[in-house]
Amino acid sequence: MQWHSLSEFIDMGGRGGFVWGAYGTLALLMLAEPLLARWRHRAARVAIAERMADEEAARAAGGRP
Amino acid sequence: MHAVNSPATLTAVRPRLTWFTFASPANFYRLAGVLGPVCGLVAALGWFLNARMAFIFARAIAPTGALFTVLALWTGSLWGRPTWGTWWVWDARLTSELILLFLYLGYMALVAAIDDTRRADKAGALLAIVGVVNVPVIYFSVVWWNTLHQGSSLTMGKEQHMASTMLVAMLLLTLACWAYAFAVVFVRAQAIVLEREGDTAWARALVAASNQG
Repeated sequence: MQWHSLSEFIDMGGRGGFVWGAYGTLALLMLAEPLLARWRHRAARVAIAERMADEEAARAAGGRP
Repeated sequence: MHAVNSPATLTAVRPRLTWFTFASPANFYRLAGVLGPVCGLVAALGWFLNARMAFIFARAIAPTGALFTVLALWTGSLWGRPTWGTWWVWDARLTSELILLFLYLGYMALVAAIDDTRRADKAGALLAIVGVVNVPVIYFSVVWWNTLHQGSSLTMGKEQHMASTMLVAMLLLTLACWAYAFAVVFVRAQAIVLEREGDTAWARALVAASNQG
């Protein structure tokens, strides 16, 4: 360890604003973007499943394939 | 000067520098700068070969490219405040990077605004291809215009002036960011494929299988 106290660690030799700002933003965005991409993936799958269910219901109501 | 280079000071300074460089603006700038041409290239492929998957990848790349451009600008600003004494200047590198962000956003907006998928793909591809012109401008901006931004600190084939710990940390982050970019772009591309091919038998079989499992 090169830091002797927590405040020294947070200060980062006077560069704390940059280091923690950069890490914070990076963590935030890299958490948010994959979540958005996964939601989009799930929404696409749900839409397909719903369409299949609708068609199934229509077939059942019609009585014939 | 001798004191600075003594082993004791070096070990004290190096870890801090490592932390410092790990999330450096230069990394994000480089990634954003490479994703731009890749986006333009796949868009061009889609345009000339009429390949649907290429258009899909162009769409999947754009948000990630925009994300890294934002990171480059934002962390650069955080770094510029203590180093240059200003959050922002209309310097050549910074301005051209901002234009890159607007190109990414413009591409996304254009593609989203047109309802007809094929027309949207083609219009977006044209913007992406034209937008690629900006990338060499960004890269050479520190050479062509002598404004505030320093020249590149990392040059292929030249002796490195960077401390090796910094270099290793930077390469590690570059690698991690690339792995991240690939992963998230592929997930988004898959989602777009499912959105478009929802009526095909294979997509339905896939969804049915995942619902049962």
